[in-house]
Amino acid sequence: MLKPKHYFLLPALVTLAAIILFPLLFTVRVSFSSWDVYQAGLDYIGGKNYLRVFADGRFWESLMRLSSLSLITVTLQYVLGFALALAVWKEVKGQRIFRVLFLIPMMTTPVVMSVIWRTMLHESLGPTNDILSMIGIGPVPWLSSAAGAFISVIMVEVWQWTPFMFLLLLAGLVSLPKEPYLAAAIDGAGPWRTFWQVTFPLMAPVSIGAVIIRLIEASKIMDTVYVLTSGGPGTATETPSYYIYIRGLRDFQVGYSAALSLTYLVLMIITLTIIAKLLMRFLVGKEA
Amino acid sequence: MRRTYQTAKYLCLLGWSTFVVFPFLWALSTSFKDANAVTSGATYIPWLEFEPSTKGWQSLFASGSQGINIVTPFINSTMVTLIASVISLILGTLAAYGLSRYQFRAGFVKNSDITFFFISQRIMPPIVLAIPFFLMLKEIGGLDTIAGLVLVYIALLLPIAVWVMIDFFGSIPPELDEMAMIDGCTPIGAFFRVILPNSVAGIVVAGMFCLIFGWNDFFFAFILTFTKTQLLPVAIVSLNSSVTPWWSLSAFALISVTPLALVAVVVERFMSRGSLAGAFR
Repeated sequence: MLKPKHYFLLPALVTLAAIILFPLLFTVRVSFSSWDVYQAGLDYIGGKNYLRVFADGRFWESLMRLSSLSLITVTLQYVLGFALALAVWKEVKGQRIFRVLFLIPMMTTPVVMSVIWRTMLHESLGPTNDILSMIGIGPVPWLSSAAGAFISVIMVEVWQWTPFMFLLLLAGLVSLPKEPYLAAAIDGAGPWRTFWQVTFPLMAPVSIGAVIIRLIEASKIMDTVYVLTSGGPGTATETPSYYIYIRGLRDFQVGYSAALSLTYLVLMIITLTIIAKLLMRFLVGKEA
Repeated sequence: MRRTYQTAKYLCLLGWSTFVVFPFLWALSTSFKDANAVTSGATYIPWLEFEPSTKGWQSLFASGSQGINIVTPFINSTMVTLIASVISLILGTLAAYGLSRYQFRAGFVKNSDITFFFISQRIMPPIVLAIPFFLMLKEIGGLDTIAGLVLVYIALLLPIAVWVMIDFFGSIPPELDEMAMIDGCTPIGAFFRVILPNSVAGIVVAGMFCLIFGWNDFFFAFILTFTKTQLLPVAIVSLNSSVTPWWSLSAFALISVTPLALVAVVVERFMSRGSLAGAFR
């Protein structure tokens, strides 16, 4: 029987399930087939694709790369975002201009800004090396060396998404209660102690939320890599998403890429759940 | 001591501001360059360091083989983003209200599981769904069409709308609904007459997030469209891979990021008033 409450929930639930569930189930089925560019179709080859995933070094390397990439970028974003939020939290001159300015990068399209960053990181014609040469640093091979490309991706990700951390953390700071600060002032705590004993603990829930949201988004890194480095040089900046894209949509190994996708998805869910639980335990001191 | 601290703080703020603004200024400067100015190394200030030219901007609106068409992708992007955002907002708001006010139970599935089903869609990497979406849209004739993209974008944006609105409705006291129903409203009447008018702030925040993630998506648009229904991000990437000059690229990039950069002003306003706090718990 449909009651009024069902009129609220069902339209969205049915729509989302219809759009998501079929493709997901289809992916599961395809991952057990040998569907490729020579022969399209749903045959059944058992778990062969998954055995191949297990032995695919390039895939596991891309996962390791993604782990370090997302840990480094999210840590940088959190520290910078928190520092910036603290800096414009209380009265400062030009507060609103700074706040608006700091938000802008997250509103811009990642691939579009990556196109601009590519011109900026150009070895001989870009401004980055031009400015570095003024302080005596020789031309840095930003996009043509493995280390340079990795740093470039980190830099662009930090530029793009620190604003998101900043937004969540500042929204949290703005709504903090006043009383603990009065108490700290009466106790004669300086700014440093007030931060570690009042602000940081009060901000723990917001911090955890923000870090987890960013880790989720970072686990999907693909747009920046696609435009900036195409996974290169070699496979130096290849992330799992990009590798699966190459296997699935360039080589058209549909069956194998489905198996890769599902392995990737399951690993992401497990890892992110563990990280979320650990963060909860360490920062809030309670079971999630 | 306090003075040095203040000075250091401003230096940091200005330093970060420079980092944030530099790509835009570089793009603006480059968009007025010509071949000579670009190939002679990095220059920044027009008139002083190079003679400005408007060739880049003109090329975006010129017709014929010289021209790069920005108007059609711009209209496509606007339509897809707006339609998908509005549908997601309507469905998401209704669902979030239902989940925040009523108990649902189907076997072992409870409210929190349904909420998790919605929100967990954000974990899904786009690549996992890309190939099945491609085959599915091919089957129903939705490849390279606005309608097909809207369908996919709803899956992308609906979880965001539900996520923001559930927390928002949690901050509206249920007594408000009860009073409306005592006054003779049906549950649906109470929602439209009492709750909805009080939810504008939440809907604006959810709407902004839908616009941001819709307008900025690249991957699905890239895989599910070819030439007929090109969106802005796809158009600029296809320019990037050909031999398009930097001045046209820069002008193109500036036009495609400006509309949403203006949204930052609105977001700041809501944040300062504390309206965002409830949305991010």
